[in-house]
Amino acid sequence: MQKLKLVVVGNGMAGMKVVEELLKISPDLYNITVFGAEPHPNYNRIMLSPVLAGEQNFDEIILNDLSWYEKNNIRLHLGKKIARIERSRRIVQTEEGLEAEYDRLLLATGSNPLILPVPGKDLEGVISYRDIHDTQAMIEASKTCKNAVVIGGGLLGLEAANGLKLRGMDVTVVHLAPWLMERQLDRTAGKMLQTELEKKGLKFLMEKKTEEIIGNNGKVSGLKFSGGEEIPADIVVMAVGIRPNISLAQSAGIHCDRGIVVDDTMQTYDPRIYAVGECVSHRGKAYGLVAPLFDMAKVCANHLAMMGIGRYTGSFTATKLKVTGVDLFSAGNFEGEGEAIVLNDAAGGVYKKILINQGKIIGTVLYGDTVDGQWYFRMLKEGQDISEIRNHLMFGQNHLGNAGHEGHSQASLMTDDMEVCGCNGVCKGTITKAIKENGLFTVDDVRKHTKASSSCGSCTGLVEQILASTLGGGYAPKTSTEKPVCACTDHTHQDLRRAIREEKLLSIPETMAFMNWKTPNGCATCRPALNYYLVSTWPHEAQDDPQSRFVNERMHANIQKDGTFSVVPRMYGGITNPEQLRRIADVAEKYQVPMVKVTGGQRIDLLGVRREDLPAMWADLDMPSGYAYGKSIRTVKTCVGSEFCRFGTQDSTKLGMTIEMAFDRMWAPHKVKMAVSGCPRNCAESTIKDVGIIGVESGWEIYVAGNGGIKAEVSHFFAKVKTDQEAMEYSGAFLQLYREEAWYLERTVHWIARVGLDYAKSRVVEDEKDRKALYQRLLYALSGERDPWKSVVESRAKPLFEFVEA
Amino acid sequence: MENWIRVCEVEDIPVLGARVLKGRGIALFRDGSGAVFALKDKCPHKGGPLSQGIVSRGQVTCPLHGMTIGLCDGRAAPPDEGCTETYSVKIESGQVFLWI
Ligand code: SRM
Ligand SMILES: Cc1cc2nc3c(=O)[nH]c(=O)nc-3n(C[C@H](O)[C@H](O)[C@H](O)COP(=O)(O)OP(=O)(O)OC[C@H]3O[C@@H](n4cnc5c(N)ncnc54)[C@H](O)[C@@H]3O)c2cc1C
Ligand code: SF4
Ligand code: FES
Repeated sequence: MQKLKLVVVGNGMAGMKVVEELLKISPDLYNITVFGAEPHPNYNRIMLSPVLAGEQNFDEIILNDLSWYEKNNIRLHLGKKIARIERSRRIVQTEEGLEAEYDRLLLATGSNPLILPVPGKDLEGVISYRDIHDTQAMIEASKTCKNAVVIGGGLLGLEAANGLKLRGMDVTVVHLAPWLMERQLDRTAGKMLQTELEKKGLKFLMEKKTEEIIGNNGKVSGLKFSGGEEIPADIVVMAVGIRPNISLAQSAGIHCDRGIVVDDTMQTYDPRIYAVGECVSHRGKAYGLVAPLFDMAKVCANHLAMMGIGRYTGSFTATKLKVTGVDLFSAGNFEGEGEAIVLNDAAGGVYKKILINQGKIIGTVLYGDTVDGQWYFRMLKEGQDISEIRNHLMFGQNHLGNAGHEGHSQASLMTDDMEVCGCNGVCKGTITKAIKENGLFTVDDVRKHTKASSSCGSCTGLVEQILASTLGGGYAPKTSTEKPVCACTDHTHQDLRRAIREEKLLSIPETMAFMNWKTPNGCATCRPALNYYLVSTWPHEAQDDPQSRFVNERMHANIQKDGTFSVVPRMYGGITNPEQLRRIADVAEKYQVPMVKVTGGQRIDLLGVRREDLPAMWADLDMPSGYAYGKSIRTVKTCVGSEFCRFGTQDSTKLGMTIEMAFDRMWAPHKVKMAVSGCPRNCAESTIKDVGIIGVESGWEIYVAGNGGIKAEVSHFFAKVKTDQEAMEYSGAFLQLYREEAWYLERTVHWIARVGLDYAKSRVVEDEKDRKALYQRLLYALSGERDPWKSVVESRAKPLFEFVEA
Repeated sequence: MENWIRVCEVEDIPVLGARVLKGRGIALFRDGSGAVFALKDKCPHKGGPLSQGIVSRGQVTCPLHGMTIGLCDGRAAPPDEGCTETYSVKIESGQVFLWI
């Protein structure tokens, strides 16, 4: 088949992101030609500020070097500006007359810096701040000149001013508004920023309107304001804003308003022409940060690849200033309607404002301590109801407790040799280095390159902070609702669950075909998720695929670091007897088990068992599997209860055992832990369990969505019931709702944080019919499930445990 | 002495699964395309048993810390680094032979 021709105009961040994404999903569809007006391969524009400040050099900020274009067979024309698009003949033409034909055209022409229309704007020494050329001009000027004036106290202007100051110039920032960065900061934060920058030696002239740039022999010599005041200047940097670069599109008759108008698929009014990046206007909005461009690029690549799915629906953006030592974060609406929570510690240099409307965060400005910026921003984007944590909000995420990072979770205060990821031993310096050198933009990228945050995930917040402070506004975390499951698909967990339910899909291959999977057999991320969704949605009907289960669930035992396994038999409710204990002791001796340990879940773990011994050992034990390896019900912890304890009001051991027997073998999105305590002294720790039950004189109180692991979270009161039977029905219905609606690897605590406790209550507590139906569906799913150890012992084949012999 | 030895039938290895050659620590994989591959059953990272990982087309994900290893060349997918020994495999009338 003849390949189609794709021409890209603009060799910048958005254009090349589209090409990268396209090569990932459909590498052979197009012959790709790229025209770039700049004489450089694609580089990381946002890193121009660190370059200006002398913290990095040009080579380090190249994102795609020339060999990348070559390797991917991309024809690259550097230093060639497209002057004309002839849509009828489907060609583009450079200023020199070079032509290229296209089947699809991608416009990614970025924006142009605004130049104030004042006399003197064309003098030598007037510089804008957009590309390598400008940056070089500033660096050169700093070597010979003394006085720099920056017009514009916004993000770019301040970064330019800071860089020039660090290069030894005497810098004055001239700003029209009464405070700095007025579009991102409120007055208080803007003023604090000014004080901080003044300490660094910058000078400010506020509320000054430039009337003329004065020259001498064609070169800049000073600045004149309305009112007549004059100041000397050897260079003038204009950083007063940007305008989408639409002249090319406009001259070709493509519909534009402020930018090139595109729909949700990034298509312009000419269906053969797409546009992305700062040059577009989407739903009336033009963006000036990279995070939205990346979202656009993904969608655009998908449509160029003719997959026809994926829509860009707009982005929220957040801002950070990339001036070392200044901590500032701003997102959303921070001066509108709503209730403001404000912390103002002028002496300590900390100011925080969170604006709330109807229980949701609508904007935030942080100065001096921005640790929680990304956290607030994520809740803002997800529209999360914060009423329940409102009292803690100002104290930050850390206040809610995260294991392993106590006391040093402020990324900005960490030195390069401090450990960020405790699981993989990754230090802050390694992460910042990887971000800068490899051009990383997402937590996923960082995970791949450094392993940080790839194990238990408790340092994800820290990694986000490091990304944010290294990239400035270039980093915008994805909300979980819009994230595709993995690179094999563009669909979200929600999409998968819905399709499997509505289309009654019963196997993994069928689902992959229906959902247009991009890889032939998926990967280790999507297959286990698909498998769970299938078996939980269609019990007894869907095909359970052992090859799509993680080794532990396939072997019915936990793999250890040396490849041996651990065996944990069930002890319902933590109750055992001499006969059972004797058998465990015999088995431990017979198979020379290296370690016998009492677990935190009230049972016994036999660790270090050879794989080939597993089936025989299970046969000798003759106890059910404890599912210590599964995304399934783990333990129901109990306390002594009314049978023996002098305080006991209810028989907690009996209820615990009954529940564990009834819900045994229940698969779930993640592991499920339960507990039953006999009185409010709560010796079974019911308040940190997925479902915890506490006995009181008049019955049982049920608590849900607690967690004792990575992120300790106390459970929420859910319902009060009278009888054991009711306690089972309420807990079972809650767990069934979780099984049906949560995403794979989401524990109850995360699921409830996403959907809200009220939602779960409305289905389980307030709606009796719904509760009973949920409970029935759980019982139906569990009916006939067999003990996995017994099944292996009894089956002749035992293929999983066998070796082949030569 | 090196030569081709018969190890098992193709059907002994589950599709998208693996088996281990006893006593030799060699893992045999069968991927989604039906091809059979042989790798040392030892991850280049910390020695995890690759035979226990999840297999997809052309690669296996180590069960211990999730490195992805190419079935053809034994190489870890970038940005990870490392390489596991590979062995030549041939299939004749449903029988798997290994060059060792
Ligand atoms: C054996 C045990 C430790 C012990 O010796 O006491 C244990 C051992 C492991 N835990 Fe645990 N956890 C054990 C109780 C706990 C508890 C306490 C409890 O259940 O009362 C917790 C905190 C409570 C909770 O989960 O909310 C706990 C929180 C974790 C976590 C973090 C979960 C979270 O969502 O935050 C993980 C990681 C995961 O599951 O992804 C984990 C993972 C693990 C794994 C499976 C690590 C792994 O993936 O290989 C360990 C397996 C060792 C093995 O091969 O047997 N273990 N783990 C405990 C087994 C209890 C049981 O009888 O089944
Ligand atoms: C100094 C500076 C600091 C920044 N800091 C941040 C930050 O911290 N966080 C953040 O999110 N964003 C930041 N930005 C903004 C970010 O860099 C831009 O949003 C992003 O680069 C826009 O990507 P783009 O592809 O749309 O445009 P560009 O990257 O500008 O690429 C457009 C390319 O098209 C070329 N071109 C234009 N017309 C033609 C034509 N007719 N023919 C051929 N080629 C053409 C241009 O020469 C240019 O190379 C910063 C920008 C600057 C300048
Ligand atoms: S048993 Fe749990 S806490 Fe202990 S090392 Fe393993 S995962 Fe970590
Ligand atoms: S041992 Fe394989 S990834 Fe660590």
